[in-house]
Amino acid sequence: MCGIAGLIHRGKSTNVGGEMQKMLQSLKHRGPDSTGYALYGSGKSKDYILRFKVGENVKEGSSAIMEDASVYDARRDEVNNQISEAGGEIIKEEQITPYSFRYVIKCDDDLLELAKKIESVEMTEILSLGKSLELIKDIGDAQVVADQYSLNKFNGTHGIGHTRMATESGVDIRSAHPYWAYPFSDVSVVHNGQLTNYWNNRRALERKGMRFMSSCDSELIAVYLANKIRDGHDLEDAMRSSLSDLDGVFTYMVATKDKLGMAKDTMAAKPMVLYESDDLVALASEEVAIRSLLPHEIDTYDPYEGEVKVWQA
Amino acid sequence: MASITKNEHKSYGMGLHDEVLTGRTQQTFFNPEEGENFFYDDAFDVDFNKRTSIDVENLECLELNKKIKELMKKGYGTIVLKNPGAKHSIGVGILQKLNLIVEGSLGYFGVGSIDGPVVRISGRVGWSCAENMMSGKVVIEKNAGSCFGAAIRGGDLICKGSVGARSGIDMKGGTIIVGGDAGAFTGFMMQRGRIIICGDVGPNLGDSLYDGTIFVGGSIKSLGADAVEAEMTDLDVSWLKRKLKVAEIDKKIDFKKMTKIVSGKKLWNYDNLEPSERKGAI
Repeated sequence: MCGIAGLIHRGKSTNVGGEMQKMLQSLKHRGPDSTGYALYGSGKSKDYILRFKVGENVKEGSSAIMEDASVYDARRDEVNNQISEAGGEIIKEEQITPYSFRYVIKCDDDLLELAKKIESVEMTEILSLGKSLELIKDIGDAQVVADQYSLNKFNGTHGIGHTRMATESGVDIRSAHPYWAYPFSDVSVVHNGQLTNYWNNRRALERKGMRFMSSCDSELIAVYLANKIRDGHDLEDAMRSSLSDLDGVFTYMVATKDKLGMAKDTMAAKPMVLYESDDLVALASEEVAIRSLLPHEIDTYDPYEGEVKVWQA
Repeated sequence: MASITKNEHKSYGMGLHDEVLTGRTQQTFFNPEEGENFFYDDAFDVDFNKRTSIDVENLECLELNKKIKELMKKGYGTIVLKNPGAKHSIGVGILQKLNLIVEGSLGYFGVGSIDGPVVRISGRVGWSCAENMMSGKVVIEKNAGSCFGAAIRGGDLICKGSVGARSGIDMKGGTIIVGGDAGAFTGFMMQRGRIIICGDVGPNLGDSLYDGTIFVGGSIKSLGADAVEAEMTDLDVSWLKRKLKVAEIDKKIDFKKMTKIVSGKKLWNYDNLEPSERKGAI
């Protein structure tokens, strides 16, 4: 089933980590397997923030292959080497879990080459790379993941998130949402639905040099949008094209460093409730998530079939 | 009881009793003289002047629905729900007369499978509001999600705002009235009853409808398979005027200019048509 949620503050920063945690926790019944956050800070940093993992969470309920944690240090050292080889400089290193890291790095804007080098290290996946985006995902509900990664103090302008019920792929971080739109900085996607022309689109995108880290159909949307942006489309155009190019039933959200967008398939088969005011836009699979932020009486509505909307921070 | 002969009654003139479905679906009329058709064995005797309220904020839907039943058992005929917080499955399975007032919004499956109560909701409702409603009246002041009034069999379901996709899907009776716009596939596989949309409607209106009538005040993006336009009659206009007045929808509408959609009935009888014939009929 899965639940998605997002919010964007217009013209101000707040505790967006805590707000997203509340929204996603209220959608836990839609997907208890894993939770992911794509949070956007002020975006004023000159340096890139790199979130990556070198292994999987193998706690109870995970479908990942058990590994000895000692391999993680060796992989991290190899990632450090690859960053140096690509001309990057590590400014700050944080180890959040045995397998998950947050780096601040200086590098030029050719993220594709850097990303390729980092991901050449065994079992290593970049979760996000950008100047304002920080993408965090792990096994467990919104509260568990927020506590594990100290997200309740994250200040920013906007964010999107996902609670996942694993259906077509495993219970692991690799298959959890959101997805970073590799190799474009600060672009992330969450999705609720099923894409029925996944393999046709995936093969076409792979022939164009795009990379897939999972077999989760939601990753296709991120890669599809990244490819469109690379070809010169703006975000809204790329989203409109997706309505005819992607087959199936879906509602998805996409975020960039200063925008939040949503698109709904032409059958309107997947839910989305929207609240919009002068200073805040909040949207989610169920109104109960919006109510977790705004308990007073508000006006909400369902976007219609084939609708695409984009808001500016 | 005043006697009205069959042919004098307006409902016959409007074709309400001519929608006899053949094949597997058989139409059955209740006899109004048979009281047992209108009361459930476990229905409680309630007094509408006996009023109470429940704060829903810290209640799960199961606890709340049990509490409503307990209050009806004590004779309360008017129950006010405060702070519903868009929770799901609130007020389901009420099978008797009751005034239920909801101060706020409901989530999914609100007031589903009801038979008899009058419900007023000051906020919005999520997907599948009043699904399988048998009788009664539900009035929503704001908007509604998709599958509004799915498979209802009777009663009046009114949304003063706009509704999502697939409103009235599989509807088998009753009336759905929408003050605003409606999404795609409105009246999808509808089998009987009436839908009134005062505003615009999305694509595939009335797709594969077996029977029933849809009235639209605004534009129609496209008609679905086997949905065709029919001529508005004076009886239709007078019925629409009366129905919108009862629904408290205060909107200036030129009823004569509304579009009336009915079934072309080429897909109508699935039992008698072979697949190849059905394909030819389309």
